[in-house]
Parts: sequence; structure tokens; C-alpha cells
Amino acid sequence: MKSGSNLEKILEKGLFAVTGELGPPKGNDIEVVKKKAEFLKGYVDAINITDNQTAIVRMSSIAAGALLVQMGLEPVIQMVTRDRNRIAMQSDIFGATALGVKNILCLTGDHQSFGNQVDSKNVHDMDSIQLIDCVRIMRDGGTILGGEEQIEGQIKMFIGAAANPFGDPFEFRVIRLAKKINAGVDFIQTQCIYDMKRFKEWMRMAGDMGLIEKVHILAGVTPLKSAGMARYMNKNVSGITIPDEFINRMAKAQKPAEEGIKICVEQIEELKEMDGIHGVHIMAIEWEHKMGQITEMAGLLPRPAVS
Amino acid sequence: MIKAEQKPVDEILDFLKPHRKILLAGCNACVAVCHAGGEKEVGILSSALKMARKKAGQKIEILEDCSTRQCEPEFVQELKEKAEEVEAVLSIACGVGVQTVARMFSDIPVYPGLNTTFMGETDELGVWIERCQACGNCVLHVTGGVCPVARCAKQLLNGPCGGSQDGECEIGNDVPCAWQQIYDRLKTIGQLHRMEEIIPVKKWGRESRDKGPRTISREDLKL
Ligand code: SF4
Ligand code: SF4
Repeated sequence: MKSGSNLEKILEKGLFAVTGELGPPKGNDIEVVKKKAEFLKGYVDAINITDNQTAIVRMSSIAAGALLVQMGLEPVIQMVTRDRNRIAMQSDIFGATALGVKNILCLTGDHQSFGNQVDSKNVHDMDSIQLIDCVRIMRDGGTILGGEEQIEGQIKMFIGAAANPFGDPFEFRVIRLAKKINAGVDFIQTQCIYDMKRFKEWMRMAGDMGLIEKVHILAGVTPLKSAGMARYMNKNVSGITIPDEFINRMAKAQKPAEEGIKICVEQIEELKEMDGIHGVHIMAIEWEHKMGQITEMAGLLPRPAVS
Repeated sequence: MIKAEQKPVDEILDFLKPHRKILLAGCNACVAVCHAGGEKEVGILSSALKMARKKAGQKIEILEDCSTRQCEPEFVQELKEKAEEVEAVLSIACGVGVQTVARMFSDIPVYPGLNTTFMGETDELGVWIERCQACGNCVLHVTGGVCPVARCAKQLLNGPCGGSQDGECEIGNDVPCAWQQIYDRLKTIGQLHRMEEIIPVKKWGRESRDKGPRTISREDLKL
């Protein structure tokens, strides 16, 4: 076992994994974390904690992750290369593992111009691929970056990264996946999938390159809440395209929220059957209370207990 | 070359407030090319300042000059006589020129009349774009002649990030995605395999801006 995390155990056993997502509060209100976490409890194998997502200042992902550990839940802490240099990131990895965190998701992070600190300076001392490599060196080599300093203790991290099959240039997207695998990634969570055709094409290309045997791919999904949200995301969120078919279904629905969940469940059913998909990452952002319903309807319950 | 823009006249007037006689010194190199600090701009700015001060009932006398290159002490030395006559120097060279003047005429204040912005190229008449951040270890041979440090909004070395869409960077405003450009170039020149290489972490601390002023010392050229 690389990390001994619940997520790693489930994936290594060949079981279909389910992960969820929790956005920490814009402050230090522990109750927000607890409430969201309670909604996810029992429905997922691990919970991603976002790291100042869209460059909005929030409680640190490691602190919120540690609160989850205290609650007996398993966090995947996200770490973006935007806000910290290699000294701070390695130090935070020491700290996170000391607090019981066993999964990390290495990300570049959205540009600071999207957030509430637009005049900040982005760091990107490392990029996400270099961060993956760094965590792998810390875990497998027992040293920090540069290879000289031995780490006091052991870094047991299950290393994840994101993949966006919907970003451009499309043909490069699998090459980027290959680079992440070469850097040492154990699992991948994809950007939310709506354009199934393009996703399948990406998976086929990954298969042709022999990549799907080398990594656990968790397919990302996000339930749509309304036609307005679908249109907004389609237009404004970079790297997301929503086919008209879904937008129309949402627009026509009597109860759009229910329709959004139905679409999401259909997608999960389809993804479950796909070769090389080892799990789903359900990002029900500010909709954590719907996670029970979604996982139930998609036949993902009960979550397996592994040891 | 180095690109710069003139500071707002009000800001310049504000720091010139205490002075009644100054030297306005331009530079005929980079900043003349981007129409910010050459001979022509010395003349225009000088008139603007004099007019504004006259209107405010606080006349200012301005000596004018324009060096061949204000970043070379030997050319700045030529300003000496004029500098001795004035209370302060307003330099409209790049930030380097301003500092050479400050070092050479250490007993009078020197003010910057420009904001030095970047090293870039001419895109079209009147438009300049940043192209290099002098990172100290050029990777252009790996990236098809397109600089990821200066042109990617996140300085990614293994990009493009997930936000690249239809050739545009995720920050929008029609900013092209540098990594799409790198991809296109490498494809055209038949070097797409370069994209597969992992570019390791950069030595920002040893090669770039972070260790104090970088110095090049060439024994073969010293006297
Ligand atoms: S890689 Fe460095 S030296 Fe080369 S163009 Fe970019 S910033 Fe300049
Ligand atoms: S979209 Fe392209 S240019 Fe913009 S940050 Fe991402 S890789 Fe860099």
C-alpha cells in the first residue's frame, strides 16, 4: 500500500469508487464543514476538499481535511500550485500527513483573476506535473525535492491529479495524462463530463496509448440545477461544454432539479459500464444534501467497508 | 527590447512639486523605439510640464537632453554639466537608465517619468507585446520558440492547463493561450514529441530574479 487510504484500498481491490467534494467556508466556521461533511457521510469513499477554488479565499484545505479526519471521514486534499512555493508545499505535505491526510490532488488552480484577490501574485514555482513528481519523490524516495534531505517520518500519500478532456488542444489532452502518469500519479479525477462523445473519444485515445491500465480514472460529474446554470456553465466556465440536448431537457423539465439529478444518474450508469473507469467523482457543489439521493439512484450504495 | 509607457502627467507633476529647475533626460535606445522616452517625447513632455506649472502659477525651468543609451555610464557622463545646474533629474529612460543616472549623480534626486513594463516585440504599429522575462535559463528550444514564462498566465512549463479553450487562455480578454501556440508551432515543425517531455522544476532561486541582482562577469572583456 502506498498510503493505506480508504480510496486506495477500494481502487486496488478493483471496486468502483465514489468520491465527493466539499468547499470549505469563507471563514473559520467549523459548523459549515461539519454540516456539509454529514451530508456526504456514508455515500462516498473519500471527500475532496477544494483549495481556494476559483481563487476565492477560503479555509485551508488541509485544515478542513483535518476536521474531516477528526469526524472519521477521509479527505482528499486539493493542493494548487498557484499560492505556494515548493518550500511551503512540501512543508504543508508534512503537516497534512501528520494530521492524518492520506490523499492529495495536485492541481494548477484557477487563475487569480477569477477570485476575490485579483491583485495577488501567482506563484507557480512548480506546476501540477512537477508537484506530482515532488510528492512521489517524498513518498517513494523518502527525501524532499533535490534528493538530499531525508524526511523524518514517512509520507504516505495516494497521489491524484485532474484531467480535462474538454480543454484544448484536444489531441494533447492524452499526452498530458501520460505526463502525469510518468510523473507518478495514482488516480485521476476528470473535469465534469457532459459531452459524453468527446469523453469517450478521449478514453479511446488513452486506451490506445496504453494509459488506462496504468492509472485509476474517476469520471467527474456534476448535477445540473437549472437550465440557467447549464447555460451559464456552458458559456462561462472554461473547459466545460454542455450539449444542447441537456440544456433543452433542463429547460423543458417541470422540476429542473429532479431532471438534473436524473441526467447525472444516467451519466453515472453509462460511465460505470465504460472500460477503464474505476469510479466517479461527484461534484455536487453547494448541493451536498443531494448526494444521498444521487448515489442511491445510481446504485452506488452501500459503500463497501474495506480493511 | 524594453518597452515602457509614460507615467500620468499629474503623477510626474506631483513629485516635481518641490523643484524649480530640472533636467529632463531621455534615451535614444529602446524607449525611443516605443515612443515613450526618445528625443521627441522629451520635447513633448517638457512643454506639457512647463505649461501645467505656468498655469498653476509655479513656473519650472527645464533643461533637455537625450542620451545615446542611458544605461551606459559613459553616455550618462555627458549629462554632467547640465545635471550640475539643476535641482533634480526627471529621466524618461527605462528603469535601468534612471538608476544609472541616480548612481552617476548621487547628490541630487532622480525621478522616473516612465513605467517600465516589459521586454517585448512590435506586434503592429503602436502595439507591443511581452515576450521574455529574462528567466535566466531559456527553454525556447523545447517550446517551439514561444516562451511559456512570459506568455502563459501561470508560467506553466508542462501546460496547457485545463482552462485552455479554442486557443484562448482561461483569463479571457482575447489573450491567446501560450501553450496552444507552443502546440501549434511544434506540430508545424514536426516536433510534437517535445510536448511529452516533462520539463523539471525551474531553478528560479539560482537563475532568476530571486537572488538579488544578477551579474554577468566576462573576464575576456575586462580591461
Ligand atoms: S524561457 Fe526565459 S529566457 Fe527564454 S524567452 Fe522565456 S523568459 Fe526569456
Ligand atoms: S490557458 Fe494557456 S496560457 Fe492560460 S494559463 Fe492555461 S496554459 Fe497558460
